[in-house]
Amino acid sequence: MNDKQTIKLTYREALKQGMLDALRNDDRVFLMGEDVGSYGGAFAVSKGFLKEFGPDRIMDVPLSESGFTGAGIGAALGGMRPIVEIMTVNFSLLAFDQIANNAATLLHMSGGQLSVPVVIRMSCGTGRQLAAQHSHSWEPLFAHIPGLKVISAGTHEDARMMLQPAIDDPDPVILFEYTAMLNMEGEIPADIQSVDISKARVRREGSDISIITYGSGVYKALGAAAELAEAGIAAEVVDLRVLRPLDTATIVASVSKTHRAIIVEDAWQSVSISSEVSARIMEKCFYDLDAPVERLCGIEVPMPYPKHLEEASLPQKDQIVALVKKIVNYG
Amino acid sequence: MVEYRMPSLGADMEAGFLREWRVKPGDHINRGDIIAEVETQKGIIEIEVFDEGIIGELLLKIDDKVPVGTLMTHILTESEAKTGMKVGEKEEEKVPPKEAEIEEKEAKVAGEAATPPPAIPTPPPIPVHRIRASPLAKRIAAERGIDISLIKGSGPEGAITRKDVEEAVTTQPRPLSEQASYDAAQQPTPEKSTTDTMRMAIAAAVSRSNREIPHYYLQTKVDMSLALAWLTDTNKQRSVKDRLLPVVLYVKATARALEEVPDMNAWWDNGLQRKKDIHIGFVVSLRTGGIIAPAIHDANKKSTDELMKDLSDLIPRARAMRLRSSELVDSTITVTSLGDNTVETMFGVIYPPQVALVGFGGIKEEPWAENGMVGAKPVLTISLSADHRATDGSTGSRFLTELKKYLNQPELL
Repeated sequence: MNDKQTIKLTYREALKQGMLDALRNDDRVFLMGEDVGSYGGAFAVSKGFLKEFGPDRIMDVPLSESGFTGAGIGAALGGMRPIVEIMTVNFSLLAFDQIANNAATLLHMSGGQLSVPVVIRMSCGTGRQLAAQHSHSWEPLFAHIPGLKVISAGTHEDARMMLQPAIDDPDPVILFEYTAMLNMEGEIPADIQSVDISKARVRREGSDISIITYGSGVYKALGAAAELAEAGIAAEVVDLRVLRPLDTATIVASVSKTHRAIIVEDAWQSVSISSEVSARIMEKCFYDLDAPVERLCGIEVPMPYPKHLEEASLPQKDQIVALVKKIVNYG
Repeated sequence: MVEYRMPSLGADMEAGFLREWRVKPGDHINRGDIIAEVETQKGIIEIEVFDEGIIGELLLKIDDKVPVGTLMTHILTESEAKTGMKVGEKEEEKVPPKEAEIEEKEAKVAGEAATPPPAIPTPPPIPVHRIRASPLAKRIAAERGIDISLIKGSGPEGAITRKDVEEAVTTQPRPLSEQASYDAAQQPTPEKSTTDTMRMAIAAAVSRSNREIPHYYLQTKVDMSLALAWLTDTNKQRSVKDRLLPVVLYVKATARALEEVPDMNAWWDNGLQRKKDIHIGFVVSLRTGGIIAPAIHDANKKSTDELMKDLSDLIPRARAMRLRSSELVDSTITVTSLGDNTVETMFGVIYPPQVALVGFGGIKEEPWAENGMVGAKPVLTISLSADHRATDGSTGSRFLTELKKYLNQPELL
């Protein structure tokens, strides 16, 4: 990236520009969600949108996730390209029936006649000490459901560029954004036009171990890889990006090269994305493994309120470094 | 805390005798340390540990015979040892099953192979013999024909990793059959693995032997009471590691008999060529399949102790394929013993250019008539495969008679 022109911006700004592009590109696109209009979004991502696009396209909705998500699905069936913002992933459970039973199934139930081109954005993970009911990582729940595409913006580039292909997709897409990263600054190539939402991406190449992660794990893994490089360990960082359908080929290619893998995610470990990735590694490249696959996941407790306990509940860079060293130095 | 259980030292092992503890409670041990000696049908095996820690209470007494999987001791962490953690509280694991039970089980397994033996409650066997290796390490070892059981793992809990195998590739030499292959026309194709190569070399050797050597076969039986009594007696005076196994007597008796019947100690190369020195090729089965028959040099001049030492040195080296070239090519006769299994008689294929092969079966209790009396005796069947170009049946018969004589008078050995 050094030899290219880059733009520096916050994750929040990246999300905002992504939405502005989408709204400007296509009149059928509109944003609906709690406080997205007059208030400018709970996280100020849609600040100023109401003024530019008016209340028909920047739509404040009642505090009823099931209702407005269902309305968004209906609008998509009717030919619109709605962006439904569920303020945080925690409230998505109230809309779960609409998502799992309607958005995900209607193409099938209609015998292929009805596509549901809705994008449902939700802010995910811990924020600033929001405790057990407002800090969920529900990626595994959504990634479980056939009929959905589930993507996760773990970098500024994806925060900036993932929305458009999600809108262009004829099927329902769940887009996870990360509250904790909103103020984080990052660089993206100035000339970037688009990203795909079908493939995982190798964010850093390495030969000794694959650190497979997504979402808020990506920068932690990259930080760990940089530190490991100083210790002489070449860690490869794979950003899954697409949690459903998983890009198994990229995972297998990486692990077949490095022969070792750890999987890092904020979600609770049991029945998680890492469970699935681990199983696929075992199924597809067992004979390439030189060490057991290991996982660093969220501790299986309701998220504590105190800051230090919140941090202790999630995988951190130092833990990634320590675990990788343990695995690699044995072999 | 790690539970340390009686390991299985082979698929056929049901139980083992604890012959010696090399550690006492509170000892600090490292991975690879030997903590005990266990006797099986195959001799006394030094038992290694794959964990680091502090030895807990010793749950077996010397000479206890227990089934595979029986808890022997615990390996504690520093903190567990400090807090004085008591181990082995589970009473049923602490008390090894009675020996009679085991004997009964063995008898049943041996005698009633057709009917499934009744379930006897034993602790679940821990597959300690299973080799801990990464899938990648196993794959590479298989591809390159490396015997992974000989590799010491550097990974967690002694697991063998790719690095360990790759290091072994550079140190394990090619197997004997490839080096000593007398039939240059049968050179294996390069893409074959070592195991395949060895198989092909053996195939070539036995095919040529069968094609060229007109074999004749003789068989005799020996009452081993005296020999076994002599062994028991002499072993009483020996430390555990110096004890003799019956196979030493086979080798020594063969060597002595060859002194008496030198025509058997020869090569066939455009005629019978007697050999002055007696070098006995001893057949060793490799775990990966295939056999190697390294020479025990000057077997007739060595004492039984020296021969035991030779065997203890030779067999592991043969399995590790770390033999010396002289051991690969010098043999003047071959001895093979299938006594570990139930086989009584084996009629072997002579390894050219040698002219004879002696096969020892297992010692089995049989009715034995002598002086008008019938009694149960431990009986050994010895067979001879000999080259009819080189010798006739009467020579072979004389040889077996001599061999039998020495086994009946083990003190002469």
